[in-house]
Amino acid sequence: MKKIEAIIRPEKLEAVKDSLGKFGIHGMTVYQVMGCGTQRGWTEVYRGREYSINLLPKVKVEIAVPDHQVEEVVKLILEVARTGEIGDGKIFVSNLEDAVRVRTGERGEGAL
Amino acid sequence: MRRFCPLVLALLLLLSIPGSAWASESKVDAGDTSWVLVSTALVMLMTPGLAFFYGGMVRRKNALNTLMLSFVALILISVQWVLWGYSLAFGPDHGHLIGGLSWLGLKGVGAEPNPDYAATIPHLAFMAFQMMFAIITVALISGAIVERMRFPAFLAFVLLWSTFVYAPLAHWVWGVGGWIRNLGALDFAGGTVVHISSGVSGLIAALLLGRRRGYGEEPMLPHNLPMTLLGAALLWFGWFGFNAGSALAANDLAASAFVVTNTAAAAAALSWMVVEWLHHGKPTALGVASGCVAGLVAITPASGYVSALPAVIIGLVAGAVCYLAVAVLKPRLGYDDALDVFGVHGIGGTWGALATGLFASKAVNAAGANGLFFGNPAQLGIQAVGVVATWVFAALATLVILKVVGLLTPLRATYSEEVSGLDITLHGEEAYRL
Repeated sequence: MKKIEAIIRPEKLEAVKDSLGKFGIHGMTVYQVMGCGTQRGWTEVYRGREYSINLLPKVKVEIAVPDHQVEEVVKLILEVARTGEIGDGKIFVSNLEDAVRVRTGERGEGAL
Repeated sequence: MRRFCPLVLALLLLLSIPGSAWASESKVDAGDTSWVLVSTALVMLMTPGLAFFYGGMVRRKNALNTLMLSFVALILISVQWVLWGYSLAFGPDHGHLIGGLSWLGLKGVGAEPNPDYAATIPHLAFMAFQMMFAIITVALISGAIVERMRFPAFLAFVLLWSTFVYAPLAHWVWGVGGWIRNLGALDFAGGTVVHISSGVSGLIAALLLGRRRGYGEEPMLPHNLPMTLLGAALLWFGWFGFNAGSALAANDLAASAFVVTNTAAAAAALSWMVVEWLHHGKPTALGVASGCVAGLVAITPASGYVSALPAVIIGLVAGAVCYLAVAVLKPRLGYDDALDVFGVHGIGGTWGALATGLFASKAVNAAGANGLFFGNPAQLGIQAVGVVATWVFAALATLVILKVVGLLTPLRATYSEEVSGLDITLHGEEAYRL
């Protein structure tokens, strides 16, 4: 099992959810997060003073998937979350040791 | 017909007797009274409006505390004014400096009009109208010290400041016998009494308290600009009561003050927007809100003495000058007047008071005076005396009051209180749960 963490533009969340849903993945955890990368933020002006806003609002989607689905899920997210502009986000993939469904106590891939 | 005429005359005379008798019993005019009572309510609405204007500009961890500072001003001064504030400000004169204590607890202030101040409305209505001015003035100061002043210290400051700064100033400028009034200075709705005094006192308080921790190193951005815009809109709305209500009658002067108030607010919002656009490349919502308040401040002293075209000029200059004060002067001097009370009210009020000396016209208000541009350059000098006296008195008295309060209770929040936010640490509440 793998954990996929996709940090994406907030406006792309619905498209990513739709796409994952059509693929058959309905379970996910979504966070509102702030982050910075190569985009380096923007400048805001308040009463004539400029402030450099380094941390930008993003959305983080966490999904747990069986090993064989990883590449396809990553490809799906890339397709719908990409604009080609700086600030599109990152996808991290990491190993997942176990999963437990709280309602039934199932373990492993059966709990996903 | 010859017989009929005397009969008709006699009948008309008889019919007129009850009316004449009624008129001699009471001089209260229903139209004037209703306008002043509505205006009183409009001015009251300005304080919660100010709370939202200020509340949106602070960080979310201090939003409730900021709102509370305005609400507590409404609470405390509503009682203080009735007990002793009104008497000190408007009671019978003592040495041209203070009103004294003979109207303590509103003794002798009742339904009968006081012709010295407003001959056609109950004295109580005049008192209530003035109370709302006293309330918003201390609430205005809070914008300078938000996010770091302790709540108990603010309570003590409000009571002492309103008693020892606002009441004497109101007496000097508006009270019968007050020395600035005797000089002939014009302040229709509080340019010196309300705006210069709060702006200068706010600056002194901000300097004495020191900057917020992290000021200049981390961004301290408004957490809710829609709230600020809503507050600015409520202020604008309430300001019609503030200025047009100061005619103290439902008459042509009230209509004139209404028009110039709206005109100056719009002109100042426009000029702030344009100057900011040229200076920083974008017209901001906060800039428009700030500009309209700057225009309202500047027209306040002049609102009963100028016509629409001077109001446009007063507004256009106010927007640009106040913008420069907050965007250029403040960063250069490095003080932390958190919400620009000095830049908007101190500078805007000073410009407005001087502009009154430039543009005042007896054609607008026969009870006023002509200004420089209407052949009376002396008026500008008189206005300047009022401005300088207000600056000096408000600054020194605020310094003394804060030193005294500092002996009674700490003025400034501790490091952990300030870092965690005053909402949780001083009030045990959070503005937002999400």
